[in-house]
Amino acid sequence: MSRFLSLADAVSEIVRDGDTVAMEGFTHLIPSVAGHEIIRQKRRDLTLIRMTPDLIYDQLVGMGCAKKLVFSWAGNPGVGSLHRVRDAIENGWPGPLAYEEHSHSAMANAYEAGAAGLPLAVFRGYIGADLPKVNPNIKSIVCPFTGEKLAAIPSHRPDVAVIHALRADRAGNVMLEGILGVQKEAVLASKRSIVTVEEIVEDFGPRNLNAVILPSWTVTAVVHAPRGAYPSYAQGYYKRENSFYIQWDKIARERDTFLAWMKTNVLEAA
Amino acid sequence: MVDYTSNEMMTIAAARALRNEDVCFVGIGAPSAASNLARLTHAPDITLIYESGTIGTKPNVLPLSIGDGELCETALTTVSVPEMFRYWLQGGRVTVGFLGGAQIDRYANLNTTVVGPYDKPKVRLPGGGGAPEIATSCGEIFIIMAQGKRSFVDKIDFVTSLGHGEGGDHRSRLGVKTKGPTRLITDLCIFSPDPQSKEMIVVSIHPGVTREQIAEATGWPVKFAASVEETAAPTANELGVLRDLHARTKQAQGASNA
Repeated sequence: MSRFLSLADAVSEIVRDGDTVAMEGFTHLIPSVAGHEIIRQKRRDLTLIRMTPDLIYDQLVGMGCAKKLVFSWAGNPGVGSLHRVRDAIENGWPGPLAYEEHSHSAMANAYEAGAAGLPLAVFRGYIGADLPKVNPNIKSIVCPFTGEKLAAIPSHRPDVAVIHALRADRAGNVMLEGILGVQKEAVLASKRSIVTVEEIVEDFGPRNLNAVILPSWTVTAVVHAPRGAYPSYAQGYYKRENSFYIQWDKIARERDTFLAWMKTNVLEAA
Repeated sequence: MVDYTSNEMMTIAAARALRNEDVCFVGIGAPSAASNLARLTHAPDITLIYESGTIGTKPNVLPLSIGDGELCETALTTVSVPEMFRYWLQGGRVTVGFLGGAQIDRYANLNTTVVGPYDKPKVRLPGGGGAPEIATSCGEIFIIMAQGKRSFVDKIDFVTSLGHGEGGDHRSRLGVKTKGPTRLITDLCIFSPDPQSKEMIVVSIHPGVTREQIAEATGWPVKFAASVEETAAPTANELGVLRDLHARTKQAQGASNA
């Protein structure tokens, strides 16, 4: 069964140096405040998996938490570059960053295969593309029935999944609505998980019979963290702060403005 | 004659290429503007799909990100991202995919990954995202890109997504059954693949643009079709709807968003 913990206790207990961590949320429900806590607790040598690294991994990479990034689209959506990720890849600041690059389709398939307990994901992909030439984890497999050559990559089996959800009930079950991304798959693929939530309710009440719910026994810790996705959003609670994504471009462009922002808004803002 | 920018011409020409019965996989930026312009003008029943999982979405304003709440709230349904890529894209349900990129070659192969060597990038770009599979799974591909010698290059540094490969029957030799890039819409003109060589050749030139301008903005010796049309200028209605859409978007996102 999941336990209700404070954010600090959840990160302290569940995320360890050297872990492979998937913090997911496809534009919606990005677990931003959980990322800040990992930065405050100075986790190191993490392998960070995420389809779209977004601001959350720009911050973790820039603060030196990561040794490797596994991703499929590393930009600031609609705005431009993730300057901290670029600085790490292009100049090795604040330290060298290894990276393994995939397509969205590959990443989504790898999470689903992980949740399904399979060692690999099989899909029709990467045809005529150069990524297989530079990523040794992209291989192919021949269908034993049709002879078709298909792409194969290892499934994602993270040590820890960290996601943000809308609500948990008193039993620690978790509900997601809106753009779902790969969060359910990421939690079910991982050994341990932290779910931050906007709200804890007595009971979910009347709901769609097919509501997306992670049962309490699939989650390690539930953390009450209102506005925990900001500047990403939580459907029905608050909107995506698009203007902050635009501001981030300026904040993160230079190392000193980035560090100053992190000091004021993350390190000294527990 | 209504005044318009070359960027508006590009978006409008792209919108016209979409049909009412299309199921379109939309990217952020120019593709999103063109797709929604089509939906608000000649193609009201078009199905727009964004890779965040929203199917049949009808946003009132253009999203900044691929997963803005607006897309989900106005969608017929929203599915998970694995389902989107497996059932809907790989499953062959999408008739048109829209792509753009930092670099393109004469066979409409695209690079959004890196400028310079992969291991020692001069400029690290965001990467492929959905593009590698969009390029081969959608029935056909429309590409929107402003033209210039730095982006329309003789040789791209990295093939992020397959166009017509090395030309000719390269796609089918790779086992790909879809058409690939059938139109490349720029701020100057429209390209289509030559039926045999699959090289992208100019088939329509936007009003007031010269062949010299096009050649000057293309990093390979550009070819023109035997008969080249002039693109119809934007109509007052097309321009009005597009400008309203941008004005609503700007208002919704605050004045800081250019």
